[in-house]
Amino acid sequence: MRKSEGSTRRRFLEFAGSAAVIGVVPVVSLRPVAATPDTMAAAIRTVIGSAVVQTGKVKLDIPPLVENGNTVPMTVSVTSPMTANEYVKSIHVFNEKNPQPNIGNFYLGPRAGRAQVSTRIRLADSQKIMAIARLSDGSLWSVTAEVVVTLAACTEEVI
Amino acid sequence: MASALINVPKKARRGDIIEIKTLMSHIMETGYRHTAAGQVVPRDIITSFTCRYNGEEIFRADLFPAIAANPFFTFFTTATESGKFDFEWIGDNGFSETVSATIVVE
Repeated sequence: MRKSEGSTRRRFLEFAGSAAVIGVVPVVSLRPVAATPDTMAAAIRTVIGSAVVQTGKVKLDIPPLVENGNTVPMTVSVTSPMTANEYVKSIHVFNEKNPQPNIGNFYLGPRAGRAQVSTRIRLADSQKIMAIARLSDGSLWSVTAEVVVTLAACTEEVI
Repeated sequence: MASALINVPKKARRGDIIEIKTLMSHIMETGYRHTAAGQVVPRDIITSFTCRYNGEEIFRADLFPAIAANPFFTFFTTATESGKFDFEWIGDNGFSETVSATIVVE
């Protein structure tokens, strides 16, 4: 075996390895501080106060696996009559891990005919989405959905 | 220049539940992105959307940075009388756009 050649190769690899380590050090993540489940709970409290939220009546249609978090189709519907006396007043949507816990507040009324709203949202991470509906009698109903996001929104750099 | 796409049925029968679709072209800059130089890109979003049917508010939304670019909404209303829908978007940096559509109710 030609020992000298092997050692040269090893020395080259060591050098390349250390150079790579030095090259990696200055890269710092610029990810913004994310909302947490706690801030989501706080945001929910500012909207609904101390009222009790029950589970049910609300349906959240959102793909369970999202490839692009920049635009995620979402439909919220509420099983409720829409008459002058009994109707859905508002729908509030929250998230756990975007930079902000709010997604949107939607205000309907007895004239809506059907309590359903669709829009497109951004998701910065795989997380839980929560929709809360406020009915005309003051009761609150909620639903949650888990979403897995492959490409996150908000975090990419602007070129 | 902002532009909007509105989809309202031209005709409906009294009492029908009609679907309304709206799309406003807008960047919806979140305020959480950075340039390559590390500077924060300032927030520029639409914060409020309202739909009025013959002057009466039938749908309103508060928007947050989590609403995707070119905000798109679908919602419903009951056709009660012929008239006009007024759509209004209000946002950061003085953004304000209004569009209207007419409907004939038989």
